[in-house]
Amino acid sequence: MSAAFLILAVVTLVGACAAMMLRGLVHCALALAVAFAGIGTLYLSLGAQFLGLAQLLVYVGAIAVLIVFVILLTRGGDSDSPPLAPAALPITGILVAMALFAVLAWAVLHSFAMHPSGQPASPVTVRQLGTDLMAGYVFPLEVIGLMLTAALIGAVIVAMKEKQGTQ
Amino acid sequence: MTPLTGCLLVSSLLFAVGLAGALTRRNTILVLVGIELMLNAANLNFVAFWRFGHHAGPSTGVIFGLFSIGVAAAEAAVGLALILAVYRHAKTTDLSQLTGRPQ
Repeated sequence: MSAAFLILAVVTLVGACAAMMLRGLVHCALALAVAFAGIGTLYLSLGAQFLGLAQLLVYVGAIAVLIVFVILLTRGGDSDSPPLAPAALPITGILVAMALFAVLAWAVLHSFAMHPSGQPASPVTVRQLGTDLMAGYVFPLEVIGLMLTAALIGAVIVAMKEKQGTQ
Repeated sequence: MTPLTGCLLVSSLLFAVGLAGALTRRNTILVLVGIELMLNAANLNFVAFWRFGHHAGPSTGVIFGLFSIGVAAAEAAVGLALILAVYRHAKTTDLSQLTGRPQ
């Protein structure tokens, strides 16, 4: 447990909490980008360089920007909805989440599989990743390519503006 | 505390934060953001078990994480498109107004 891991974990968790608790939607999206970047650097510190950079590209570069676009398109940035009254604080959801965390933490701390197992895995090179993707995992790669194509076409069709009279 | 335990605790805390947000926020965009945080927590578990687990292959965790990121990207694109379509139909993204429940 190094100091860098602790700092990255704290940054990630603070970003996630801010993304879930701030009032303004644009502020939430920016805090979300901070949390995603923290997770990406956690991957880097765990030895998964390619995955960390892919996380930065996909989440910080694409999904956070996409969320900001949708917030602006739905005019949520000007916060027309009244702020949450303190009496209507949804305590049930917070209690459920805390109970879930208690169960997970208990399971993690009491599991027999958590004992250290010698050497950690060595960092994987991009060359080996490419070889694996093109040799052993080529069918899942094709499937996920097809799924991404279908999802993007579907997203465009769903979000396309309907013409007058055509239902 | 071993590094694997630390990683798993961080990811379960991240999952709990995402779940709390998805259950309590009233804006559909923020519910989607909570779901994205939960997906990221699961991804962090993949990498942690690959790094510190017992019988991990040389690159299994990273490849699983890559596929998971691809699925999450598709999910985010379709979800945000659905939110746009719902907004165009109902002129709001507030969940309590969408369900017609005065809360």
